[in-house]
Amino acid sequence: MIGNLCRLEVSFQNDARAETAKKSIERAGFGKISKVFLNDVYTISSNFLQEDLQKCAELLHNPVNQSFAIEKFLAPEDFDWAIEIGFLPGVTDNVGKTAAETLQDFFGEKAKEVEVFSSQLFFLKGSFSEEDAKKIGEIFANPLIQGIYIKSREQFEKDSGMDTIAPIVKLSEESKAGEVNLDVSDEELTKLGKLGIFDHVETDGTETRRGPLALDLTSLHIIRDYFKKEGRNPTDIELESIAQTWSEHCKHTIFAAELDNLEKGLYKGLIKAATEKIRDKKGDKDNCVSVFVDNSGGIDFDKDNIVSDKVETHNSPSALDPFGGAITGIVGVNRDTMGFGMAAKPVINRYGFCFADPKDMKLLYRAKAKGNSILPPERIMLGVIDGVNVGGNCSGIPTPAGFMYFDERYKGKPLVFVGTVGLMPRIVNGKKGHEKKALPGDVIIMTGGRVGLDGIHGATFSSEALSSGSPATAVQIGDPITQKKMSDAIVKEARDLNLYSSITDNGAGGLSCSVAEMAKECGGCTVYLEKVPVKYQGMSPWQIWVSESQERMTLAIPKEKAQKFIDLMTRRGVEATIIGEFNDSKKCIVNFNNKKIMDIDMDFLHDGLPRKKLVTKPMQSDLKNPSFEEPSNLGATLLEMLSRLNICSKEFVSAQYDYEVQGSSVLKPLQGRGRVNADSAVVRPLLESQKGVGISHALYPGYGDIDTYWMAAAAIDSAVKNLIAAGAKMEDIALLDNFCWCSSNEPERLWQLKKAAQACYDFATLYKTPFISGKDSMFNDFKGFDEDSNPLKISVPPTLLISSISVIEDSRKCVSMDAKMEGDLVYAIGFTTGELGASEYYRMQAEKANDKKAIGGTVPRVDGKNALQSYNAISNAIEKGLIASIQPVGLGGLGIAIAKKCIAGWLGAKIDLKKVPEVGFDRTDSILFSESQSRFLVTIASENKAKFEEELKGTRFAEIGIITGNKLEVSGINGKHFSLSVSELEEAYKKTLRDY
Amino acid sequence: MVKAILLTGYGINCEEETAFAFKKAGAETEIIHVNDLIANPKKLSEAQIFAFPGGFSYGDDTGSGNALANKIRNNLWNELVDFIEAEKLIVGICNGFQVITNLGILPGVENRQSQRKVALSHNNSARYECRWVGLKSFSKKCVFTKDIDLISMPVAHAEGKFTASPETLKALNENQQIAFRYINQKGEPAKGEFPQNPNGSMEDIAGICSKDGRILGLMPHPERNIFFTQQDNWTLQNEALKRSGKKIPEESAGIKVFRNAVEYFR
Repeated sequence: MIGNLCRLEVSFQNDARAETAKKSIERAGFGKISKVFLNDVYTISSNFLQEDLQKCAELLHNPVNQSFAIEKFLAPEDFDWAIEIGFLPGVTDNVGKTAAETLQDFFGEKAKEVEVFSSQLFFLKGSFSEEDAKKIGEIFANPLIQGIYIKSREQFEKDSGMDTIAPIVKLSEESKAGEVNLDVSDEELTKLGKLGIFDHVETDGTETRRGPLALDLTSLHIIRDYFKKEGRNPTDIELESIAQTWSEHCKHTIFAAELDNLEKGLYKGLIKAATEKIRDKKGDKDNCVSVFVDNSGGIDFDKDNIVSDKVETHNSPSALDPFGGAITGIVGVNRDTMGFGMAAKPVINRYGFCFADPKDMKLLYRAKAKGNSILPPERIMLGVIDGVNVGGNCSGIPTPAGFMYFDERYKGKPLVFVGTVGLMPRIVNGKKGHEKKALPGDVIIMTGGRVGLDGIHGATFSSEALSSGSPATAVQIGDPITQKKMSDAIVKEARDLNLYSSITDNGAGGLSCSVAEMAKECGGCTVYLEKVPVKYQGMSPWQIWVSESQERMTLAIPKEKAQKFIDLMTRRGVEATIIGEFNDSKKCIVNFNNKKIMDIDMDFLHDGLPRKKLVTKPMQSDLKNPSFEEPSNLGATLLEMLSRLNICSKEFVSAQYDYEVQGSSVLKPLQGRGRVNADSAVVRPLLESQKGVGISHALYPGYGDIDTYWMAAAAIDSAVKNLIAAGAKMEDIALLDNFCWCSSNEPERLWQLKKAAQACYDFATLYKTPFISGKDSMFNDFKGFDEDSNPLKISVPPTLLISSISVIEDSRKCVSMDAKMEGDLVYAIGFTTGELGASEYYRMQAEKANDKKAIGGTVPRVDGKNALQSYNAISNAIEKGLIASIQPVGLGGLGIAIAKKCIAGWLGAKIDLKKVPEVGFDRTDSILFSESQSRFLVTIASENKAKFEEELKGTRFAEIGIITGNKLEVSGINGKHFSLSVSELEEAYKKTLRDY
Repeated sequence: MVKAILLTGYGINCEEETAFAFKKAGAETEIIHVNDLIANPKKLSEAQIFAFPGGFSYGDDTGSGNALANKIRNNLWNELVDFIEAEKLIVGICNGFQVITNLGILPGVENRQSQRKVALSHNNSARYECRWVGLKSFSKKCVFTKDIDLISMPVAHAEGKFTASPETLKALNENQQIAFRYINQKGEPAKGEFPQNPNGSMEDIAGICSKDGRILGLMPHPERNIFFTQQDNWTLQNEALKRSGKKIPEESAGIKVFRNAVEYFR
């Protein structure tokens, strides 16, 4: 129902957002813009009278610094273009929703049907064409989710302002389930699997399908045979449901497949096998509580609590809509915490982004003739950063650790990693907190947001907006506040009131996966789909079943407690609805309006998919050794290295994520007076306890160009080493794996994958650091065209992110990276050899020589046995309070580590590289920038020298200098020497991304 | 025993650590969902301190703090004014400050009515800023800042730029209502310089109090600086203390804000 539409415009006297918008426009190359103004617009659908509207305005603006206008335009005196940006129909409009709630609370019954749609109106002063105005609109809007409406000043004045637009969804589809005939040719079946179920024929004769099922011919044959036995064809909802459950995303078919001679496959044969072996060996000291079986993995925290951890990827959605993809990623992984065991409280968020160079402005296209361009790297970077900002900050979860890594091969598809650590009591209502079981007879309750067409491939719907023909949206904006309300009500109230038997999150596959997964716990389910609350009428049952609308949890609740749960959620402003019941029928049955539309055996749904058998083939390398003279001015080279994207300061990201909320921070993301990005963070999730949780991460996609085995080894070693520096002990560390691969149907890529997984097994078992959770994303490839319509394919470099987590016994003993006092002694721990292959230094030289292949062959290797010895010694030294500052040596080697230590402490140092424990160097640049693994840079108070050296006995270490003054002075071999002021170092470190 | 009620719900998210700080300062605490308080408004009279914690009520939609302020004004106004007239204490931190300025109970209530006179708008950077800032107290009246001169705390907000008319600013100064200003390394007002003044606040104002000093609103978070190891430079302080043979303290300066409130009733 639409009431009368009314436009309310609100404008700030001084709007900082307008100033930022102006800068963004100028940065995008539109020249000088003399002025930008910004109005917030509320389009209110109601039956309000004029005086009511006046009251609405009072409620929705602040008289101190804003003015408003009702049904009149509120334009600045001088402007050339007006650009309005509003949401497309069906896209979550949080501001509109809140405004409607405010009006309903104030007006009561009269406002029951009120709807509010928010938009933003920009006024620009500057001479540019309508074409340019449209492009400027696209800086602020994403055409997938937002509409852009442009008027010249002349038009604006002629029309007395912008048009009134209400993006209301109107669906024309019939709400019933259809039958799909599988008794067709293999060719037809292949088409069905690739393009989806036939939907309708357009007026121009082309057929429209519902979007990919991603089922191959073998799977479709098995499905056909199953339904043949049942004596019928499947319905569309059955086929969609099987496709979701059997997807690579849910079943991890590649990691499950038999691979060459690895009968058990990569997951069971290597990753899970490593954990099992470690747990077995550790015996009583096993700290794993729940591994690989739930939405997160769990380890011991203290005698009363466990911590959970999970890291997810949200790559494809972030490529299309960076903000929406990232925000739904972070709030989605928060639900993996709420869905862990009986629900854990989210206590830490973590992130990691892989992007192309934001300065790369050259566009790529999905279609020929510059059709359907991808978003430029800078847009993706800023959108993703902003998505995690809004998702994390609004949820009140600290975000103290993360990284950004750059490589041009992330241009087609960025990688967006998001993770959440949770805290949960060991015992919940007398039972183990990490265990849960839906029982036959429990009702199925869906709670949180409503179901819409979000995230359904190929769904189409038309709009009632004044600009007709706006396309439907498959992308979703998160609503962190709805989720926060739900999260608080579940984790802080319902759980401890013992109101449910099991809980899981609605992520990929929506209800089809969450309900069917939980039904495994009891043996069956029956769902009444018409009971599911929807955002708008007219959705088909299969759409309701597989929709990925955000902010929803599914729970199993004993019948007698259902009303109590629903009442509690209602009091907290959250919807909760009974949508069916769990049983032990061995079947997954779905009804819609009294008609059975899905009836599949649980066994077939979950285990009907046969395992694949895959083979690998070695990848040939075409890399070569670089040849360049040692730079004469190594100081200048160090400054250049400090400014490289993968080394420079990421302060603008760290400082826009709240790392202090919950009052838990101990070691922060930016350390020392110089605010240098740290490689790990420590938080104290229980305010009454000194016990901490350390988190870190590492990835070396660059090394994979030479050898993915050592790439994986380095990632594991660094993720462990970073935590050791933060104060962890080896026996407390656990790992998480995220494989983001490319072209995983190619035997060479599978070979690289197998090598990486083998290293995971080898080093996890050597370090006795178990994997507790993991995730893979196997096809991060972009296929499209350049601006001259030449086809191209960009594959991400095989990327393995290893995240690490550890309990820290006493957080008061943690040490930060910044140099502390003049006169402190500087030590290099670990062994430096000529391992510069694929290092940042060789990459820089290869770029200079314009020869990308000249990155060398000697990739850094990990000497695990020696590393273990150092790690234990360092742990003991930290425990005894002997260390004043410590940091792991990472990209850019010792040179960069020394520089960062000085910048962080605002103190200089005198370093003699001849003293570094090393072998066979004839050049100083090689010692400075070698990326040999398992090393630390440490400073200590001079009075601790003897004790510290005693502690390190038997490991490779050396005193290499002293903290002093405000200059870094380095002497190398062959009489090489350079000197740089700390402020020069700081400038080089911070300038690259400072303008963001 | 002094009782503090802390509001929660709709995206408020600092209620647990704020309650912890009050508890540590000696108060009994209760966290109450705004809907439960609306259902049982008499509850408020049980408390001596009413805290509006930080967070993101209603996701800052329609202006930070505005939507929750509308809800409270519409459903709890009388009880809130009764509370103020009973000479009890109110504190609004970060989003809570945004809520109470939208309610107009800061700068003050007159004849049970209020008017919005100050606003907290988008930071000059138009971006969320999480960082530690230095502060100096400029009010001798404020109950919460008693015996506090210089102090540091983290800010974490996107809308914290203090804005008011020249007349309001003049009145705030004359009535000693400036609870905190952002300061530079020398301990002087930051004069608008970023990052010492992290948001572009007029006159570097970080927090204000009511004329009688019993209501405090501030953007920085005192509850995030109650332990030694919460401070951003604690690892450096730790080294200095260790080397001079001094004991490492357990607490840090922010706890004083909460103790002042609790001790006011003793």
